[in-house]
Amino acid sequence: MANEISIGAAAPGCKKVDPILIADKVVRQFGGLTAVSVDHVEIPRGKITALIGPNGAGKTTFFNLLTGFDKPNSGTWTFDGKNLAGVAPYKVARRGMIRTFQLTKALSLLTVIDNMRLGAQNQVGEGFFASFVRPLWKAQENQITASADTLLTRFKLDAKREDYAGSLSGGQRKLLEMARALMGKPKLVMLDEPMAGVNPALTQSLLEHIKDLKSNGTTVLFVEHDMHMVRHISDWVIVMAEGKVVAEGPPADVMKDQAVIDAYLGAHADTDLGTVEIKSIKAGI
Amino acid sequence: MDLIGIFSLAGNALISPMTVGYILCGIGLALHFGYTGLLNFGQAAFAALGGYGFAIATLDFHWNIWGSILFGLICSMGFAAILGIPTLRLRADYLAIVTIAAAQALRFYVGSSTAEPITGGSAGVSQFGEEFYNLNPLPADLTFNLGTVTLTSSEVWMRIVAWVVVGIAVFFLYALTRSPWGRVLKGIREDEDAVRALGKNVFSYKLQALVIGGSIASLGGMIFVMSSQTNQPSNWGTNFTFITWTILLLGGAATLLGPVLGGMIFFALMTLIESALGILVDAGLLPFLQVEQVAQIRFLLVGLILMLLVIFRPQGFLGNKKEIQFNG
Repeated sequence: MANEISIGAAAPGCKKVDPILIADKVVRQFGGLTAVSVDHVEIPRGKITALIGPNGAGKTTFFNLLTGFDKPNSGTWTFDGKNLAGVAPYKVARRGMIRTFQLTKALSLLTVIDNMRLGAQNQVGEGFFASFVRPLWKAQENQITASADTLLTRFKLDAKREDYAGSLSGGQRKLLEMARALMGKPKLVMLDEPMAGVNPALTQSLLEHIKDLKSNGTTVLFVEHDMHMVRHISDWVIVMAEGKVVAEGPPADVMKDQAVIDAYLGAHADTDLGTVEIKSIKAGI
Repeated sequence: MDLIGIFSLAGNALISPMTVGYILCGIGLALHFGYTGLLNFGQAAFAALGGYGFAIATLDFHWNIWGSILFGLICSMGFAAILGIPTLRLRADYLAIVTIAAAQALRFYVGSSTAEPITGGSAGVSQFGEEFYNLNPLPADLTFNLGTVTLTSSEVWMRIVAWVVVGIAVFFLYALTRSPWGRVLKGIREDEDAVRALGKNVFSYKLQALVIGGSIASLGGMIFVMSSQTNQPSNWGTNFTFITWTILLLGGAATLLGPVLGGMIFFALMTLIESALGILVDAGLLPFLQVEQVAQIRFLLVGLILMLLVIFRPQGFLGNKKEIQFNG
């Protein structure tokens, strides 16, 4: 099937026209369990890519590996043409690949605005000696604060500016974490379940924010269970099951893919793939 | 002893160099624990290294006072690096275990016969403060009366210097903690991984915090030993570390003036209780107590007061109530 993102037909591990992230033979084992075993995957630049799959498919583990928070048993990956395997998490972020966490990590005893300021990169005032000389970093601090305020307004958190992040609701913390990640001006932003716990009214605006990111040239890779979101905003969907990439393609095509239906969307998501009869799955949809 | 006598003693305890020594260690610990979330249970070792470093540089190397201060600081910085580099990449509890063990090991080492030629063994070192007291610009016959307590010229000099150092340390950390550098530390206290994901080198910041807090503690150690010009291993037991923690929590962990206030209150209270109990025992009002037991009993009473404080004011005197409320 032809599309503008992949070279040739969409298939698991297919080549992309303009990939930003390329992973090869990434394997992570926990004892005898192979949590991730991705042979080859490419993330298209400037697009919104959804990573979906049933619970335990290895999506978050794959996220952790790519961002340096976990070490693979083997494998290599490049970001923007440069090797990223074995690079420390903070360096990954500095190169423009910023992630959020599934279990939200709002910095509870910092105010919302301080959370945001912390997200900015290359701050002069974060150097030990420079921190004593206020004039060195005051101008940059004002600039950071201004862009933080803009983002807070966009994410409807401006009223909470001076509150401790710990006093926010679960959904607001998700928004804060995403806004904070954007403070670093990432080339690729990796969102781990951005919609979990966000109320439906906010979901719509959050979807708009993610689309805006794309129009600003940021690449988005997200893990999500909410099919509504996957269908409406993603340009490309990668499906993982049991640590492997089992399907890829534009959302409309992937949703029809039998392997995906079996692995994820079907009424028998908990049943082993090999044992389910296709008829009964179709009946279940 | 009369009431004025008791309060004079307590007033002296408020400002004594020993109190200042603990206060500086508490301020260093505020940076470690209150701002960065590092569990350092070996603050006594940082202070001891300051005291020993200063004394050894003066007595054995014949360095001047500034060189000796620098040597004390370098000793504690090196100690921080040795402890921090292997443990700060690990979970917070590892630092706690390593610091408490290293502090004990250091205390046993300086008190051992192996180290005796340098450290004086269990008797310690003494008479290393001549140059410091020679710097005293106050007239030699000056005296200062604090109720019934009379301070000599050199005692006043010692106290002035000690409090100037406290002022400088508080100002220094104030400048640091209100800057973006301090914001990164607070972020690390809340969640290391989140800060890593934002592109900050967490390990480097934790090491910097450990070194700076340890250096301030070593200044405290120097002042602690300077007032009596003696430095013994028994000064630096685990109770030194725990009193430091008490002072910090009393005043408020994530505040800089908290340890100052906490230290003053703690030692004034200890003195008051000791004197008051002494009087009551002398008057025969506490027949179950002997005079020798008073020094021990005061720790019990202080412990009780601390328990009440933690229950009814967990953020300490100067802490922010809100900071205690969200613990998740």
